[in-house]
Amino acid sequence: MLGWFKKKLSGKKEEAAAEETVETADRVDAGEESAPSSTPGTLVPDEVAPPMKEPAESDEPAEAEEQKKPQRRSMFQRLQKRLGKSRNHFVHRLDNLFRGKKKIDQELLDELEEILITADLGVSTAMDLLDAAKDSVKRQELNDPQALKKVLRDKILSFLQESNQPAELVLPESGPFVIMVVGVNGVGKTTSIGKIAAKFARSGQSVLLIAGDTFRAAAIDQLKIWGERVDVEVVAGPPKSDPSSVVFDGVAKGVAKDYDVVIIDTAGRLHTSVNLMEELKKIKRVIGKNLSTAPHEVMLVVDATTGQNAVSQAKLFNEAVGITGLTLTKLDGTAKGGIVANICHELKIPVRFIGIGEQVDDLRDFDPEEFVDALFSVGEESDSV
Amino acid sequence: MFENLTDRLEGVFKKLRGHGRLTEENIEEAMREVRTALLEADVNLQVVKEFIASVTEKAVGKEVLASLAPGQQVIKVVHEELVALLGSEAEPLRLDGAQPVVIMMAGLQGSGKTTTSAKIARQLKEKGRKPFLVPADVYRPAAIEQLHVLGEQVEVPVFSSSPEQRPVDIARQAVAEAEQNGHDTIIIDTAGRLHVDEQLMGELQEISSAVRLSEVLFVADAMTGQDAVTVADKFNTDLEITGVVLTKMEGDARGGAALSVKKITGKPIKFVGVGESIDALEVFHPDRTASRILGMGDVLSLIEKAEQVVDEKEAKNLAKKIQKNVFTLQDFLEQLQNIKKMGNIEQLMGMVPGINKLKQLQGAPIPTEVEMAKTEAIIQSMTKKERSNYKIINASRRQRIAKGSGTSVQEVNRVLKSYTTMMKMMKKMQGKSVVTKGGKRRKRPKGLRR
Repeated sequence: MLGWFKKKLSGKKEEAAAEETVETADRVDAGEESAPSSTPGTLVPDEVAPPMKEPAESDEPAEAEEQKKPQRRSMFQRLQKRLGKSRNHFVHRLDNLFRGKKKIDQELLDELEEILITADLGVSTAMDLLDAAKDSVKRQELNDPQALKKVLRDKILSFLQESNQPAELVLPESGPFVIMVVGVNGVGKTTSIGKIAAKFARSGQSVLLIAGDTFRAAAIDQLKIWGERVDVEVVAGPPKSDPSSVVFDGVAKGVAKDYDVVIIDTAGRLHTSVNLMEELKKIKRVIGKNLSTAPHEVMLVVDATTGQNAVSQAKLFNEAVGITGLTLTKLDGTAKGGIVANICHELKIPVRFIGIGEQVDDLRDFDPEEFVDALFSVGEESDSV
Repeated sequence: MFENLTDRLEGVFKKLRGHGRLTEENIEEAMREVRTALLEADVNLQVVKEFIASVTEKAVGKEVLASLAPGQQVIKVVHEELVALLGSEAEPLRLDGAQPVVIMMAGLQGSGKTTTSAKIARQLKEKGRKPFLVPADVYRPAAIEQLHVLGEQVEVPVFSSSPEQRPVDIARQAVAEAEQNGHDTIIIDTAGRLHVDEQLMGELQEISSAVRLSEVLFVADAMTGQDAVTVADKFNTDLEITGVVLTKMEGDARGGAALSVKKITGKPIKFVGVGESIDALEVFHPDRTASRILGMGDVLSLIEKAEQVVDEKEAKNLAKKIQKNVFTLQDFLEQLQNIKKMGNIEQLMGMVPGINKLKQLQGAPIPTEVEMAKTEAIIQSMTKKERSNYKIINASRRQRIAKGSGTSVQEVNRVLKSYTTMMKMMKKMQGKSVVTKGGKRRKRPKGLRR
């Protein structure tokens, strides 16, 4: 349920773990390159995990794998179902494109470019992907369109795995794990916080929420209602009060009462507003006053329906407060989410959670492999018929 | 992050110098640049394709005007075509017919429906109408509360709905209550919903058949990507929207979604949201948005903003002062304050064409809010005498000013330096006019002197 967090709880050898992940990623790449023509496993929704992933997973402790499997299936299915909602989505079009084709020509590449751009991957990322594809074609590694699809899948996956943040964060020796949540207006920060809090609470952690959005009308009430729903405590000040002071008090309480997790909501702000970004920097500084190691995670929430501006958002927020993780919301409506690959590629920030529905448990841990597989497997069923 | 389209096109057309006419071949490369620019601005691919086709048709065969470089000419055609597509005139809300009229807001989660509802209510109230806000978002926690708070801010009554009610019942009851209390405009704020959520879309249809809607406004986030088309199309077919509100336009999104939505629905964009404060709602200007989508800056908005804050008398006064060369530090301060009144300085700078390019250069002298505030503090820490005659500001005065403004002597020096540079420039401007009046010949430029 709490992939990255749980791992963190079990083992505190952050660095070793990070190295391991890098190694694993390398091995995955190597494995895939050596067998480029193997078709990706035919997936029906009932299958537990795509065969593609096995080389990677075999490197992990068997126990962890065991733990993850059941949850994986449900997320995988749900994601597939959600992504499958829109008829005209990414993979459907990819499949249509590949089905009728027997060889790779310029026309196919052109169409491919269009599909990638339509998925909000952005012109430059789409070009990168196509260049990779073209290279492979040139080297004659590819002659059938299915193999091209695999090249794309691997490339997008490698984008998603590019990250200069540790894949697993270490829990502080003492005191709470502090998450600061930031983002532009209306991306779903408060809702995501409610859902994240529910996850932690359910896994037995004590959670404290801090209503740092003192600006938007009724934002405090919104967080309080979430607090009641998932039965965690909320620290709030009066509306229009200084968010930094609310946060200061909140973190102080979190430290004093020794909560496991403290999640800080902040007001939505456009990344171009210098004053508000300064306010955010201040909030971050203030968090560190009561707990010098905090915030341990600065999470940027991004709306999956956002276009190329999401990269600008991520860049500017990163410059201001140093983003360590992403949450991608509203992925169920768009069936694209190409912008994730774009952000990961450009900023090397890992995605932690994705929101794929309105239910509390629709906020899922992000697993790049699974995500890509879900994207690329939809429609394969009909292929095999 | 974006290169200026104009510059890129100039590059393309460098090779074409000497060609008298735009032909299909030489325009093709230019169109590829236009295409990239539009796609980077998040205009939907299908829309881009159709657009490029129609522009190419219009541009081919055009003679290159003597006054314009071919690149500029293509931009002109592209720009005109964009404006035409975006709708040439701003369309007001439909408020005539049987009163009270009902406006319903609809859109995805987080697009800004609730805030926009309050903003529209405020504008209508200023125009002398009696708006009535109706919160029908029964799903998001505290959404009803949010509209109540906003209603209080704009002093517009809000219907007291509760989360247990069905939205359609809320709408019916609110209309009845509005009729009783003499409200003439009802604004229904609905819950955000995904276009693929048939059940919730059905709920909106229910409302639209239960009460007679005069306007159904589709609220869209200006930052939306390629999917804007799918969403807008679905809302339009299900609900027959009458207009679009584009929100969060104050950011650096290029707003390609505007074009996509307009093209796919054919419905006018009636408002744009340009900030979080309750008065930040503007009429849509197609020409400006077109410039923005192309990444060309927005000089018109800048001028308009300047006109709003500087009144004519003041401006004439200032001109006189400049001519007499008595532009003091006090005047300098007042100018700064005027600029500040125009809004966020970064936002203003964003409207200046080419500034994006300057931003990419490290250490480029782009004024920031912080610097402006410092300059202001420094001048305010000066005595009246100092302000009217900067020459008396010696080292010890500088030290005092630095202390008073919480800055350093270096920073005080910097302000004085920029003030004196400005004075010099003003002198030059004057000098020129004197010279031309006197009929003296200007010195030849250095290179031509023998």
